Amino acid sequence: MLKRVHFPSSPLPYLLVAPQIIITVVFFMWPASQALYQSLLIEDAFGLSTEFVWFENFAALAEDDQYLGTFWRTAIFSTLVAFLSMSVALILAGFADRVVKGATTYRTLLIWPYAVAPVLAGALWVFMFNPTLGIFPYFLDMIGIKWNHYLNGRQAMGLVIAAAAWKQVAYNFLFYLAAMQSIPRSIIEAAAIDGAGPIRRFWTQIMPLISPTTFFLIVINVVYAFFETFGIIHVVTQGGPANSTTILVYKVFNDGFVGLDLGGSAAQSVILMVIVIVMTVVQFRYVEKKVEY
Amino acid sequence: MVENRPFMTFITHLVLILGVMMIALPIWITLVAASHDEIRMLQAPIPMLPGTHFIDNLKQTLFGAGLSGDQTPVWRMLFNSLAMAMMISVGKIAISLISAFAIVYFKFPFRMGFFWMIFITLMLPVEVRILPTFEVVANLGLLNSYWGLSIPLIASATATFMFRQVFLTIPDEMLESARIDGAGPMRFFWDILLPLSRTNIAALFVILFIYGWNQYLWPLLITTDTDMTTIVMSIKQMLESAEQSPKWNIIMMTAFLAMLPPILVVVGMQKLFVQGLTETDK
Repeated sequence: MLKRVHFPSSPLPYLLVAPQIIITVVFFMWPASQALYQSLLIEDAFGLSTEFVWFENFAALAEDDQYLGTFWRTAIFSTLVAFLSMSVALILAGFADRVVKGATTYRTLLIWPYAVAPVLAGALWVFMFNPTLGIFPYFLDMIGIKWNHYLNGRQAMGLVIAAAAWKQVAYNFLFYLAAMQSIPRSIIEAAAIDGAGPIRRFWTQIMPLISPTTFFLIVINVVYAFFETFGIIHVVTQGGPANSTTILVYKVFNDGFVGLDLGGSAAQSVILMVIVIVMTVVQFRYVEKKVEY
Repeated sequence: MVENRPFMTFITHLVLILGVMMIALPIWITLVAASHDEIRMLQAPIPMLPGTHFIDNLKQTLFGAGLSGDQTPVWRMLFNSLAMAMMISVGKIAISLISAFAIVYFKFPFRMGFFWMIFITLMLPVEVRILPTFEVVANLGLLNSYWGLSIPLIASATATFMFRQVFLTIPDEMLESARIDGAGPMRFFWDILLPLSRTNIAALFVILFIYGWNQYLWPLLITTDTDMTTIVMSIKQMLESAEQSPKWNIIMMTAFLAMLPPILVVVGMQKLFVQGLTETDK
């Protein structure tokens, strides 16, 4: 942690950490503690009086069917986003790993969606699926499917998942490809000499060997689906129709800034913070251990 | 490749080309939409092949007059986005470099306490504590300013963590010899540590630039003045206005301009990008 050879104590190190610490305190710790405190208050509709109510906001959330529904929806949403983007990335990386010449070209062509902001990804997909103009509803209509994600909750959810997964394929592909390329060729060759075909080698050798990457990516993808997809939902469906695409982060924003229910929104923030902390701990435990082969 | 199977090679390229097409389809449709005129973009089905109005649309979009009303011209939004992205990335790198330097090279009381304080920031994305942070920024009078856009996002545990890791790999003999030659702490920092971590800084910059450019929820909340609109958040307003006057050619051109800079950064500095991504996340 500390260098064996180091500088003696002086005011200098305090000056060096000061900017970071000040920003951390002012914009992170203070707001977080405010959220904690507000989650224990109930404010009346006009903001005239506040009352300290201990855990009433949390109790109200636990009994709120809408909130519990949002919880489930978030779980389903993030599972599907993670599964979809990771499996597409795995297939593409598995094939890209076999390419001798031109692997970098394929990589370049596949990684750029990482740079697209979630809200822009949402805008592109909402344009492609625009019920009157979009190219996909036009083709879907030919096979007898009426597409309108402004009215149909399931279609809205499907569209949001597709846009979120599309953006994340690039990231997963990059990590899967790097993991596969770091497997020693001699192992693969030995199996080939023993008569294992490409598909058999993929399932019995490559998949187990990249399992640490898979685990790491599951955590990253779930965090992504929980928090960074706000922009996609905000631009594609605004949580609708009839809340069918409202996930936890969107509800915090909506209840706080639109509904002005400060206590309830703060209580939701606190629950989200706990979820983030649990995920971070899981991720760091993994970094410490690195799943063994 | 382990064995030569021509059929398998064919399948490999086929799958990859299909994958590339699937990934590229949304941007292809964007580009096509940005190259037709307004009338053509109102007839279903929309075209799948590029038109001839790309330059016209580009001019209209960049220098206003493209959208009705007193919209901020897009060049101004691009400038706002650039300013925000640069302030966030340079700021994060600067304060993380010096705090990692202090934590690795100095022994002082509360050293580990500070380290843990920085570390905690990693756990709380801005989306989670959005309301109270907004109140703090409002009380400080930073709404509608570049400072308000960037400073609250500048503290960074990942960057500090990464620089700490980099500094720990630098041999102790470097510091010993620098001290024998009479260099003080800041001299050592400028002349030895900074040049040695140059590629790490560049790699981190690529990642942070994209992070800063793509910010959405934060600018949405703290900018009410239309002159401060960033290009990424303008898309939402344009899509809303599309319900009355759907100028899809202009909207898609704006979307294209909004994603172009970060895409150029990723593709142009691919090696640094990959390095930055794997270093900060692992």
